[in-house]
Amino acid sequence: MSADPTQVLAFETDCHIFDGCGFPAPGLHSFLFEPLVGDADSNVYFNKTMLLALLGSIIVVGFFWAAFRKPKVVPGKLQMVAETGYDFIRRGVVYETIGKKEGEKYVPLIVSLFFFIWMMNLWSIVPLAQFPVTSIISYPLVLALIVYVLWVSLTFKRHGFVGAFKNFTGYDKSLGAVLPLSMTIEFFSNLLVRPFTHAVRLFANMFAGHTLLLLFTIASWYLLNGIGIAYAGVSFIMVIVMTAFELFIQALQAYVFVLLTCSFIQGALAEHH
Amino acid sequence: MSQLLTVAAEEMENPLVPPIPELVIGLIAFVIVFGFLAKKLLPNINKVLEQRREAIEGGIEKAEAAQTEAQSVLEQYKAQLAEARHEAARLRQEAQEQGAALITEMRAEGQRQREEIIAAGHSQIEADRKAAASALRQDVGKLATDLAGKLVGESLDDHARQSRVIDRFLDDLEEKAEASR
Repeated sequence: MSADPTQVLAFETDCHIFDGCGFPAPGLHSFLFEPLVGDADSNVYFNKTMLLALLGSIIVVGFFWAAFRKPKVVPGKLQMVAETGYDFIRRGVVYETIGKKEGEKYVPLIVSLFFFIWMMNLWSIVPLAQFPVTSIISYPLVLALIVYVLWVSLTFKRHGFVGAFKNFTGYDKSLGAVLPLSMTIEFFSNLLVRPFTHAVRLFANMFAGHTLLLLFTIASWYLLNGIGIAYAGVSFIMVIVMTAFELFIQALQAYVFVLLTCSFIQGALAEHH
Repeated sequence: MSQLLTVAAEEMENPLVPPIPELVIGLIAFVIVFGFLAKKLLPNINKVLEQRREAIEGGIEKAEAAQTEAQSVLEQYKAQLAEARHEAARLRQEAQEQGAALITEMRAEGQRQREEIIAAGHSQIEADRKAAASALRQDVGKLATDLAGKLVGESLDDHARQSRVIDRFLDDLEEKAEASR
């Protein structure tokens, strides 16, 4: 796993099978980028994922700006598409989990989260970009932290200190002797593991998806020599299949992320029972 | 340079250790999206969705109002039609009654006129009879006087003469009657 962060492409272009060249397998180095500006040591730098993150947010804002800046009662095509997406998250996710009355306040956050994450994921298959921003843990983590801060503070606000503690620990008298154990587990599960898994679920899916795509893409190129060409064809078909699969996973993971967010908010608002 | 980067890369190789600059940029990128959507774009579309909902409900309300109005107008027409029918029936009935009344009235009038005429005829006849009777009485008196004068002028014992006088008288009478006719 010798990484050369200076390389711009994901692999060496002149390396083929039977050329005495080993398979340049994708690895952690595939997720490291040389800074475009600045110095990696100084922690003040600007690299490809940051560029994609900012570009992605501009695209999301641009799309909704074009669709919703001057919305019409009788919608145009673009507005119709944007409305469908908005309505899907609002009705299908927020109203379904939190309820219409309590959930209305969180609709902007959930809609923003969904489309932001989806766009970050979509970079994975956009030509030239071809890197899911969310496969860098920082991006899912910052979103998971925002959600974490929101639902924890909501719990305190709604239930007070003791109520919030009961909420976090799943306090239930009927458990009897098991209660201390259950409370300990619940406490760790809710307050420590939950934000971690929330972020890592998205990160790991995108990380694995990108690795798979890289694997088959590199293999398609690497095998392009002699009898290997036949295998390269198979590998290339896998690239197409995996791209389609990734397209699905990208939307699904964005959906799962916001669904969990809603479920955390709902749990924070729910009466303790 | 390359050496340094490699070292830095190896430090960052645990993919679960978040690089701080990316964390900051991620936050900024998300805040951009959230800011625009929450402050401007979603309130925009919500307003329009509300307007649309109202427009649709307004349309439904309008249609309902139109239907109610149509219903009321129809009922009004039906009522008017029924009234008109009723009126026509009433008029017919009235005309019939009036006709019947007219006929009875005319009949009564005819009866009355007939009776009047009859009565007039009767009274005329009576008057004529009275006039005739009075004229007759005068004539008879005169005739009787004439006859008596003549009788006095002749012998009352002479039966033959007597009967001749009477015969003459009666002949005269007859003649007069002939003449007067």
